[in-house]
Amino acid sequence: MKKLLEVKNMHVSIHTDSGVIQAVRGVSFDLYESETLAIVGESGSGKSITNKAIMGLLPVGGRIDEGEVILNGRDITHFSEKEMNMIRGAEVSMIFQDPLTSLNPTMTVGDQITEMLMLHKPEMTAEQRKNRALELLDMVGIPNPAERFGQYPHQFSGGMRQRVMISIALACEPRILIADEPTTALDVTIQAQILELMKKLQKKVNTSIIIITHNLGVVSSMADRVVVMYGGRFVECGDLDEVFYQTKHPYTKGLLDSIPNLQLSDQKLYSIPGTPPDLISPPHGCPFAARCERCMKVCEKYQPSEYEFSQTHRASCWLYDERAKGGALI
Amino acid sequence: MNAQMNIPQELFTPAGDNTAKQEHIARQHHSAFYDGWIRLRKNKAAVVCAVIILIIAVMSIVVPMTSKYTYFDTDYANKIAKPSAEHPFGTDLFGRDQWVRIWYGTGISLLIGLAAALINLLIGVFYGAISAIMGGKVDAIMQRIIEVLVGIPSLIIVILFMMALPPGIWTIIAAMSVTGWVNMARLVRAKILNLKSQEFVLAAQLLGTSTWKIILRHLIPNTISVIVIQVMFAIPSAIFTEAFLSFIGVGLSEPKASLGVLINNGYKALRAAPFLLIYPAIAIILIMICFSIVGDGLRDAFDPRMKH
Amino acid sequence: MTKTLLEIKDLSRFFTLSKGQVLEAVNGVSFDIHQGETFGLVGESGCGKSTLGRTVVGLYPPTKGKVIFDGIDVAGSKSQTQKMELSRRMQMIFQDPYTSLNPRMKVMDIIAEGIDNHHMAASRSERNQMVLDLLHSVGLDEEHANRYPHEFSGGQRQRVGIARALSVNPDFIVADEPISALDVSIQAQVVNLMKHLQETRNLTYLFIAHDLSMVKYISNRIGVMYLGNLVELASSDELFKNPLHPYTSALLSAIPLPDPKVERNRSRIVLEGNVKSPINLPKNCHFCTRCPKKQAICEREVPELKEVSPGHFVACHLIR
Repeated sequence: MKKLLEVKNMHVSIHTDSGVIQAVRGVSFDLYESETLAIVGESGSGKSITNKAIMGLLPVGGRIDEGEVILNGRDITHFSEKEMNMIRGAEVSMIFQDPLTSLNPTMTVGDQITEMLMLHKPEMTAEQRKNRALELLDMVGIPNPAERFGQYPHQFSGGMRQRVMISIALACEPRILIADEPTTALDVTIQAQILELMKKLQKKVNTSIIIITHNLGVVSSMADRVVVMYGGRFVECGDLDEVFYQTKHPYTKGLLDSIPNLQLSDQKLYSIPGTPPDLISPPHGCPFAARCERCMKVCEKYQPSEYEFSQTHRASCWLYDERAKGGALI
Repeated sequence: MNAQMNIPQELFTPAGDNTAKQEHIARQHHSAFYDGWIRLRKNKAAVVCAVIILIIAVMSIVVPMTSKYTYFDTDYANKIAKPSAEHPFGTDLFGRDQWVRIWYGTGISLLIGLAAALINLLIGVFYGAISAIMGGKVDAIMQRIIEVLVGIPSLIIVILFMMALPPGIWTIIAAMSVTGWVNMARLVRAKILNLKSQEFVLAAQLLGTSTWKIILRHLIPNTISVIVIQVMFAIPSAIFTEAFLSFIGVGLSEPKASLGVLINNGYKALRAAPFLLIYPAIAIILIMICFSIVGDGLRDAFDPRMKH
Repeated sequence: MTKTLLEIKDLSRFFTLSKGQVLEAVNGVSFDIHQGETFGLVGESGCGKSTLGRTVVGLYPPTKGKVIFDGIDVAGSKSQTQKMELSRRMQMIFQDPYTSLNPRMKVMDIIAEGIDNHHMAASRSERNQMVLDLLHSVGLDEEHANRYPHEFSGGQRQRVGIARALSVNPDFIVADEPISALDVSIQAQVVNLMKHLQETRNLTYLFIAHDLSMVKYISNRIGVMYLGNLVELASSDELFKNPLHPYTSALLSAIPLPDPKVERNRSRIVLEGNVKSPINLPKNCHFCTRCPKKQAICEREVPELKEVSPGHFVACHLIR
């Protein structure tokens, strides 16, 4: 399989009034052709910032301190705003959690799609653009595309807006689609619709998807591979089944155990004690050490190295060091 | 990798109970006001402007008190004198020392601005708070009254006032206060309406907190930043209104001086003595800019959400 | 049969938006909550579940119908003593941990507010001790008492909100989406804490949420709401094993499960269309626009909530 995107040892910090937030501290992953990669983590894990850094969309005060983002053989971390604009939408597209704030309220939905086409496909005529926009609206399951074309975002419901966002994101057939919590703001039944739509479209247009989410249910229904992040650092990655059924890292395990199982009744739910670390003064060792039931002295002092369990499955945890005998989880 | 291999074996043992650290808050502890103060201090422009305002205020009191000239002593032998060591800003058409008159006028302007802003504050906060807290019909009637007041051009009200009452500083202040509090009332009302529906106010209601306590403990403390910021913008606007009134000739009367009066006089003598216009103009511009920058700084510091 | 603590009788709450526009947030809902149980209320955004919760505790007056708490009509006229008794016995935990705590007050004073209002402590030191005990019972300690809310994480704030609700020793707590703003690992913490507190303090909960798996875990019985109506009510096991209303079935089927093997072999009922606007609703089954099993009668008549098996109620024309 062909590698589309390579993120190497990414470090991102955000300078704020209350101090420097070390949002991402050394995260690496690859994205292959036509796969879905899920990046899982809670708020403050750095999952969103990592992807904003890839797209050059860091918030004010944010900057990449170290690391490379290799897209089609080029390191795009030092690209200018103009160069990034040619990549955004054409090669890599992004959809966000809140479709209302990511659509322009003063432009019709049709204009927002054709604007994207105008920017990246200047060779198209106005009529071709309009036809393409109608085709896209139809593809994302918006009924009466001809009528909806001239309407404004506020005339759409939440689920429909997210469909519009997807149609804009896919307008120029990008190789990569980054979906940042695409269904978090939506109701369960609408979430199911959007997830089905994304799966269907992925087969049709053959893009790779990076889906960023905290919902492990969404992960297990969408992803081929999973990267787990915590406190700005890489925790575990592997194939979907490896991460869910041969879980290595205590954090991943705790996360999976803290979701109630609908099939069982009268279970005792596990909960990870404590609170995520403050990334203004992140812990020296493993960020999860303070909350980990199997924490060792080394975990509090040294950042764990990565241990490999299969070609695809890696975890960053001292329990798998030779010196921690019999430390491995089940 | 080598560094990692050197970690001693004995560290690979359970760390034991770590529950104490789990809920620890690493950040230094201070109130939201303190955080705002830190942000304000980092805003160099706002700090510089605040210092300038302070210096101007002190000078406007000290200079007229210590100078050997007064703002009203005329010296016809020395009319329209150019700036010199004796008269740093020169003298005006009546030979009065412009240096003293500018500082005196600045003082009067600041006094008018401050007094007008404080009266706006009192009426506006009270009116806005009652309107928002009572709600329903009372709110509707009070809002209609505000709309009527906004509908009448405030300049007409002010000019009518100035004609009806004896001229003087307090007439100007009273005239500007008739309509000046409207903005404050609207802001306070909006803020309290917004706070009223917030969950912490609902929680207080459910806990049996009396309406008065809710106002004093929950609503007012969360409105203070809005009020302070609005006052910082109301002061320069009152100073400017007064200057405008004096400039069109309905403000203070001679020999009293405000910056507006001085600019008016300077404008009349523009050809013969441009310095009579330039110095008071610089003073008013400086005051306006400084207050605006400090106001902006306060807003960014205490209401950081407004920035975005 | 356990004692009924709270009765909700034909409760409606409408909001008039402007002339001729009425938002029927809650429309004719009836159910009881028993002493010591957790009643889960689920539904999607805009279904009226939060409005119902706020009407139950008396924050909104009902448009129609009654809420009776242990013999007292919550919305009716009451003496000052009755008012204070209700405010001591019924409390609420809020959704948003960021707006539910006064940013200008220290945690100590936030939690002590109820203690002060009800004069529950004889002295200042007793009051402070009570606050510390409450902080301990939600897993926080002295270190946190003198801090301001903005210094806490979302989960810690939510626990401060719980301690505040507990401060007056209530019997009944309405938890209005207490976990939906929290991270996964923190959700389990808060839910487990609520369960533990229920056992140790003999509490009754009305637990409002949109996350069905958590609701199932904590609740004894569950009510499902759709656009202001209660469409199904059953014990939580029964509801998940044997959902009768087509909306409940679709809702259950829509939850993505954190189990890849199950997800791969799952066929979903994906509902077409969107929830109708709750303004000026017609008199019919509100779900008929999205229902896969819709029949002619559904567009004409309002289905009534019927008991189809002991303790299992459903409002659907197709089920007799």
